Amino acid sequence: MLNINGVPDKKLIMTRFPEKEYLIKPLAITECYEAIPCDPCSTSCPFDAIYIGEDINTPPIVDFGKCTGCGICVYNCPGLAIFIVQELDEKHARFKIPYELRPLPIKGETWSGVNRTGEIITEVLIEKVSLTDRQDKTALIQVLVPVEFINDFITIRRQI
Amino acid sequence: MKKIDLVIIGGGPAGLSAAKMAAESGLSSLIVERDYKVGGQLVKQTHMFFGSEKQYAKTRGIDIAKILVDDVLKYPKMIEIMTETTVVGLYKDKVVTLLQNEKYIKVQTNAIIIATGASEKVLAFENNDLPGIYGAGAVQTLMNVHGVLPGQDVVMVGSGNIGLIVSYQLIQAGVNVLCVLEAAKEIGGYKVHASKLKRLGVDIKTSHSIKKAVGKDYLEKIIIGKLDEQWNFIAGTEEELVVDSLCISVGLSPLSNLLSMIGTEMKYVSYLGGLVPLIDKNHETSIENVFVAGDVCGVEEASSAIVEGYLTGLVVAKKLGFIHPNYDELYLDFKAQLHNLRSGPFGEKLRLGLEEIMR
Repeated sequence: MLNINGVPDKKLIMTRFPEKEYLIKPLAITECYEAIPCDPCSTSCPFDAIYIGEDINTPPIVDFGKCTGCGICVYNCPGLAIFIVQELDEKHARFKIPYELRPLPIKGETWSGVNRTGEIITEVLIEKVSLTDRQDKTALIQVLVPVEFINDFITIRRQI
Repeated sequence: MKKIDLVIIGGGPAGLSAAKMAAESGLSSLIVERDYKVGGQLVKQTHMFFGSEKQYAKTRGIDIAKILVDDVLKYPKMIEIMTETTVVGLYKDKVVTLLQNEKYIKVQTNAIIIATGASEKVLAFENNDLPGIYGAGAVQTLMNVHGVLPGQDVVMVGSGNIGLIVSYQLIQAGVNVLCVLEAAKEIGGYKVHASKLKRLGVDIKTSHSIKKAVGKDYLEKIIIGKLDEQWNFIAGTEEELVVDSLCISVGLSPLSNLLSMIGTEMKYVSYLGGLVPLIDKNHETSIENVFVAGDVCGVEEASSAIVEGYLTGLVVAKKLGFIHPNYDELYLDFKAQLHNLRSGPFGEKLRLGLEEIMR
């Protein structure tokens, strides 16, 4: 339960995912369920694909038709509550996630895939690591994840 | 005696913004800051801020401090800053007495903005004075300002935004955070912060609190327990955790002592964190030309403190005869920003509290 332990239940998570057929292209999933005063996702989107409106307490709504999955909102979200996901093929999903721990992963490495409860659920491949000045220290990590974990994967952890 | 139009007490987000807006209006001021540098609590906030662009959302607190300080430094002839200076006296005839380098300075002013912020609340439990037990703010200062780790294994008490954010920053610094304890049934802060911690493997234990700390010369372990509906420990639920540090983050209370000293009408409002002054819509207290801005008149986010500072600087300047060329437009904009920041469910208690202090 989100309010008790910080973990949104599956039903809540699914309210933020589009219909499966949309996921052939990369899309932003905004896991921001609460009315908090915040709007950088909306103002940073170059495609006007995230709507909040006048009242900045309104949770964001993504226009999946307009969203290109560029990832700009991912590192602009102060809550690290946005990621990009795409169903790449029958076996793989591709994610772009925010990452603020160091050391950063390196392209080609295998890391653990972690779910919203903090448990390791799978192994993932690091495809790309980007950290430009514009990102202001929040790295964007592109990872390849087994497709069955498309609704469970949330972050990566270094393997020990 | 030194003479200046406006004295601003406190060089945090509210005080700095007030000085900037007063200067833009043509009014000179003196900022008095007891720390060795200005910026307030922003200087140790390494996370990105919420809010909207006008309050520098998505910028890290430490960088917002830099923006606000740079803004003030653009007016070297109009804004004087005295650091490592403490206000020791405040009188109704607008005389402010300061202590700097053991030197006593008297200032005669026309208006005062008190922007002293808030301080951390303490929590009573057995052995709460053992070395290794910190306030969350102290931990941030140690880690993020001085680069010193508070310990290796930490438990956080309190799941408000500060508790959640500092836990995350502890992890970023390489510290093992065992868990976050929360006495209430639900998490206090933004859930996005809680989710961020949970995915890193940190448990947030709601309906739990610290029972006692154990250690001879320093903290060695803590005993925690589950709480019932009335926040009493439930027998048999005790658990022992081996830690070298404990971080307390159970809320803030306004630093309003100076207001009591000058004799403004005060009221205890729990929704605002404690004893706060009665104010009008322009943040003027019951004493003419004594204004307040920021956490001292109700604990909330730094974003609101910044806007309250701008608003107060603007109206004080007007009152002393210095009218900003865009006064009306700015006034409405600052009011609208504050309304927007406070209009969600998280602002509910604050809104009720602010109603109680309106004069």
